[in-house]
Amino acid sequence: MAWDDFALAFFSLDILREAWPILWAGFVQTILLSLTVVPLGLAGGIILAVLSTVRHPLLRWPLMAWVDTFRAIPPLVLLVFVYAGLPFAGLEVTAWTAVAIGFFLNTGAYYGEILRAGIESVPGGQMEAARSTGLTRGQAMACVILPQAVRNVLPDLISNTLEVVKLTSIASVVALPELLFQARQAQSVTYNATPIVAAAVIYFLLLWPVVRLLSRLENRQLAGRR
Amino acid sequence: MPSASSPPSQAPIIAARGIHKHFGALHVLRGVDLVVAEREFVFIIGPSGSGKSTLLRCLNRLEEPSAGSITIDGTDILDRRTDINAARRRIGMVFQSFNLYPHMTALGNVALALRKVIGLPRGEAEARAAAALERVHLADRAGHTPGQLSGGQQQRVAIARAIALEPRVMLFDEPTSALDPELVGGVLQVMRELREDGMTMVVVSHEMGFARAAADRVVFMADGVIVEQGPPEQVLGAPLHDRTRAFIRQVERH
Repeated sequence: MAWDDFALAFFSLDILREAWPILWAGFVQTILLSLTVVPLGLAGGIILAVLSTVRHPLLRWPLMAWVDTFRAIPPLVLLVFVYAGLPFAGLEVTAWTAVAIGFFLNTGAYYGEILRAGIESVPGGQMEAARSTGLTRGQAMACVILPQAVRNVLPDLISNTLEVVKLTSIASVVALPELLFQARQAQSVTYNATPIVAAAVIYFLLLWPVVRLLSRLENRQLAGRR
Repeated sequence: MPSASSPPSQAPIIAARGIHKHFGALHVLRGVDLVVAEREFVFIIGPSGSGKSTLLRCLNRLEEPSAGSITIDGTDILDRRTDINAARRRIGMVFQSFNLYPHMTALGNVALALRKVIGLPRGEAEARAAAALERVHLADRAGHTPGQLSGGQQQRVAIARAIALEPRVMLFDEPTSALDPELVGGVLQVMRELREDGMTMVVVSHEMGFARAAADRVVFMADGVIVEQGPPEQVLGAPLHDRTRAFIRQVERH
């Protein structure tokens, strides 16, 4: 009997059938959100990492302050701050824009630090060789340094991407109808936890292949180091 | 001193004068003049820390000299208005540690600058890259990545990468120092062939035998200055200065 109550509250097929359209809409939003914030964060990260190779003090300190700030502020706080704060600065932002800005700041800082480590792992002779053939600094970065940098820190980049996709669930606090938001809507309408369980399963199915890929990459890197 | 030994003595293709270089408190180059005629093959020797590699790296502005002037093929290398990237196309450089791009094939290594700097379409760039690999006898290794090549082969790909741009001068910074002895010959052979084709070359190296056999002029540097220079049989055979004598004795003992 206790088990039946439990199953009814968490694994009810009827509830699932009823909530499915809502969950599906949330899933689509989560995918779209991820496809927005991951490239945005990566772009921000590349900009930060490349700027960090310019060792000018006028650039170095602001850059460090920027990265430290947005890594230290919890992303949830940052998001609420952007969403609720920008209107006071005269900028009305939609939930979607607020999330994009918040993730650009937070995720960009993390990707930036990972890519910076990657760039620093590429021997200095690579840049010299490229420049000696007449490539500009930018061309050498794009064609010679960054491809090697990315390859050297690929597991870290993928790991961070996993975190970012999971973190898109915080968009629910600004009422962006992504997967978690939709699941909680369904939960409150049905007085049943099944939609939440379903959301967990969907997240798992979405991310598990990436987790496996990451493990394989990490193992290969460990083997390569031996 | 104008070297009497310089072959076909046209206007100099490299003219570096009064070069100084400071690294912080370190005064690495203390007023060096190096004038190289077209088609000349100049060998720079000297103990480590003598500034010979730094001098070479100043010539294509990989290092910024603290003072002095450098003209290569009529271009003022140190002028801020000079397009240094265009100038570097005409100044090939080969490094001690090859510095091939590990994520590209041999062909890709050679073709990159042809595409990005000269702006050739991919097919044309690869055809020219293949021809350059042919010149260093590695046409059959075009599809290999650096990791799949021996050190000697990697260095020859690096030479192909430089000569593919059809430079007017070639700079070699200890091109054989990182190689196992049995791989040195192939690299020197390619350099000899370049010389026969009339390439102007400045080489920093300890390959004394090669210097004796092939160089037009040997320059001995110590403590950031040129101590003496002249034809190899003079500088290596009957050096005028004690420092030169001591250095040659030390190197040839090995």
